[in-house]
This record gives sequence, structure tokens and C-alpha cells, in this order.
Amino acid sequence: MNFLNILKDIEAIDPEITERLNPRRAAIKNITSFGSKIALSALPFALGTMFTKAYGQTNSSVNDVLNFALTLEYLEADFYTKGNAAINSTIPSEAARGALKQIEKDENAHVAFLKSVLKDAAIAKPTFDFEKVFPTVFTDYPTYLAVSQVLEDTGVRAYKGQAPSLLGNKVVLTAALGIHAVEARHASHIRQMRRALPTSGAGVFGVETPWVSLGANGQANDSGVGTAVDGNYVREDNIKHGDVTITDLKLSTGANISKKIAVESFDEPLTTAEVLAIANMFIVKK
Amino acid sequence: MKVFETTEKEEQAENDTFLSKKMQRRNFLTYAGASAAGLALVAAGCKKDHDNGFNRGTDLGKGDIGILNYAYALEQLEAAFYIKVVTTPYTNMSSLETEYMTAIRDHEVTHREYFKAALGNSAIPGLQVDFSSIDFKSRDQVLAAAKAFEDLGVEAYNGAGYLIKTPAYLTMAGKIVSVEARHAALIRDLISNGTFVGTDIFDANAINNSKTPIQVLTIAKKYIVTEINASNLPTS
Repeated sequence: MNFLNILKDIEAIDPEITERLNPRRAAIKNITSFGSKIALSALPFALGTMFTKAYGQTNSSVNDVLNFALTLEYLEADFYTKGNAAINSTIPSEAARGALKQIEKDENAHVAFLKSVLKDAAIAKPTFDFEKVFPTVFTDYPTYLAVSQVLEDTGVRAYKGQAPSLLGNKVVLTAALGIHAVEARHASHIRQMRRALPTSGAGVFGVETPWVSLGANGQANDSGVGTAVDGNYVREDNIKHGDVTITDLKLSTGANISKKIAVESFDEPLTTAEVLAIANMFIVKK
Repeated sequence: MKVFETTEKEEQAENDTFLSKKMQRRNFLTYAGASAAGLALVAAGCKKDHDNGFNRGTDLGKGDIGILNYAYALEQLEAAFYIKVVTTPYTNMSSLETEYMTAIRDHEVTHREYFKAALGNSAIPGLQVDFSSIDFKSRDQVLAAAKAFEDLGVEAYNGAGYLIKTPAYLTMAGKIVSVEARHAALIRDLISNGTFVGTDIFDANAINNSKTPIQVLTIAKKYIVTEINASNLPTS
């Protein structure tokens, strides 16, 4: 490992690098933002050496997380880019159109960001086919929103599941948490849009909450999309965190916390394998 | 039963073998100026003595316990706020808004009670809050405050994530922060539909902002009467 040469290389691009690096920890943690020049030009290169040295995180493990995230963002960006164009005339209001456009823009920004960080290590965009799983997704507006919600909720769970792999990593973990929160904001809004759907006639779903709640029949999958997406909501009905069983605790009213509130109050992570299995449903094999 | 017991013991061990706060000061005086080691302690001492307004009062603690107490403090603030919102609803609160405010109250109380149970003996006491600057009859004021609390909560968890050393605690923070983000989006949409994201909360890469504990506490201080000592929180 030629650490000093790497620092010299970075210095050529970012003269302040040595000031930013805390010499006692030799850590990239002190680089405060991905927006700095080093992030865009040399970060993946710097990551491997310094993380291995300081935290035992290898370049490949951090890149694996970033490529995993990129796969998801490719999927989401592709969904909205194709879907918003296809369903445009069916979107019932300018507000809804604007929200879907905003989400499309955000997902594409996430793709661009992850690609800029990964550079040559970035995986190629897979080919996605959403209609093979949900044939009417790009023609039926309520179905479009339902699948959108499932993808956003899954994105939240996927990022959450990766966080421990980035433990202590100021730059990458903080960015991942920042994307995680934006996916949650999207999910919240899409769920509100579903709730605003007509309460009778075609496209009825019923009551939806901005957060993942307990299903109507007490099941973990509250989406109303059916068992096809049970995997996306597996364990969302968990009520025990560490040694604390939430339903043993009390609300401000003095009543015990209900299972519904316990479920709503915490989003659960998905494992890498679970997320890839979900993503693979939509990926066209070559 | 306490989830954080192991860390609590480690913290205690560290306290026993090294520095109680008084010992820290004594070491500072003993070694100041005496040696290279002394210089390091001078630097540490000076940093601690720098008054950012959060170096006296209720001690959040250090390490992961400190971060969890920091989260507990914020959840206390949010829970107290929504309890008041539901108890004294603003004028013309719709039935849907009442449903949402009640649910958010219950989520925040759940977060608060979770931290209290998990922290056990390491938990800070209940904080005294002050919402006298908010007119709870005014929808605009209540929603503006709710938006500030929710967005701040998201930024707080995101800014503290890398300071957490135990994977399970990081996951736990993650389980809560996305629910705060869902709340934030909802409240923002109640104020103006379609503002679930915006340039005030994320950057050009559509990555949510984050804030350091001191930045967060500086904003939250307006609503917290109890003095909070954050000087033992990890900074890296």
C-alpha cells in the first residue's frame, strides 16, 4: 500500500487534503462533503487505502455498497423516467404530475451522484421490465402509484440495511443516510397521493398512511398490492427492538402502545440478498 | 434487560480507570505545560472550556450512550410538542389532520419511551420544555414548528450516524429517522402540497442535509429549559 503516494496524488487535485486529514487517525472522516473536489475526482481511489488503514473497510466493500445503491437508483430512476412519460395523460392533476416529476428528478440525481463517486467502478445500468411483473403499471394510474410506493418503501429499507456496513464512515454513511431520508420523504408523499385517490369506483384502495402501518388483516404488507410484494414488507410488523418489546410500553394516554403504533413508529431494514431478489424481479436477464 | 448494558459497563470501566470529570480537570492542572502529553491535555482542556452553551447541566454522556441520550432528548421534545398539539388543537383542525397529529404524537411518544427503556439507568432525566413562543391555536404556527422539529430531527439523526460505534444502535437510529422523514414530508405537504422535498432540506444531489449535535441543540435550545451538557459527546 503506497499511502504517501496516494496522498500526494490527491494533493495535486486538492491542496488542502493534508489539513483535512486528521494525522492521528489518518481518516477521510474529516472531509466534510462529497461536494468537494476530492469527492468527485479521487474519492473512490482514496477510500480504499484510507478506509482499510483506518477502519478495516476495504475499497471493495464500500464500492459494493455504493454499487448496490446504484442498482436500486437505476431501477427507481428507470421506473419514473419510463412511467411518467407513459402515464402522463392519465395523471389527474398538476400537483400529482409535479410530485412525480420531482421524484423522477431526485432518483436521477441519486444515479448521477453514485456514478460520479464510483467512476470506473460503477456497474452498468441493467435493463428493467416493470410490466412483466405488473402488466398495467404504466397504463393504470392507481397501479402506478402502488408500485411507486412499494419501490420507495423498499428503497428506504435497503439503505437502512446497508448502514452497518458503513459504520463510522463520515462521508459515505452520511450521504447514504441522506439518500435514505429522501426516499422516505418520497414514500410519504406517494402514500398520501394514494390516500387521495377516489374513494369509490375504479382505483379504490382505501385508507393509506404516510408511514408503513399494519396491514388491514394484521399482516406486515400494508400496501394493498397483494402477496406479490410480501417480500418487500417482510418483518415490517416487528414490535421488538433489542430487548425492548414496544407494546409493553405506554402511550401518553396511559394505554399500552398498540401493535399498529409500534409497527408505524419504526421502519425495518432489508438484507442485501432480500433487496437483490426484489430488484431481480424487474431485471431482464441477458 | 437493558439493551445498552454492555456499553454502559464499558463506559463505567472507562470512567473508573481513567477520567471522571473532576479527574480530567485535575489532570489538566497537573500536566498543563509540563510535557508533550501535557500539551495534548491543554488542547483537550481548552476545547472543553470553550463555551458553546452546551457544557453544563444535564450530561448526555459519552460514546454511544451520549448519542442515544441526544436522540432521547430530541424525542422528548417532539413528543411533548405533539402532546400539546393534540391536547389544544389549532383552529379548524380537519379530521384527517387530527388523525395525522394523533398518530405522530403516538410515534414520537413511542420513540421517547423506547429510548427511555433501552437506556435504562443511563437515560437522562425528563427535560423541561417551553413552547410559549408557539401559538397553538394557529395552524400556521403549529405546522411551521412541526416542520422545523421534523426536518431538524432528520438532520440530527443523519449528522450523528457516523458517530455511532455499535452496528445495532446505528440500525436502530435508522429505523427511527426514516419515520421522522415520513413525518417531515407529511407536515411539509400539509403546509403546501408538493413540498415533501426542497432545496431547504437537500442538496443538488438530492441528499438530505445533516447537522452536528451542537448545531441541532443550538436550534432546539429555544424550546428546552433544561440546560444540556453535550461536551462529552463523540466528535469523530
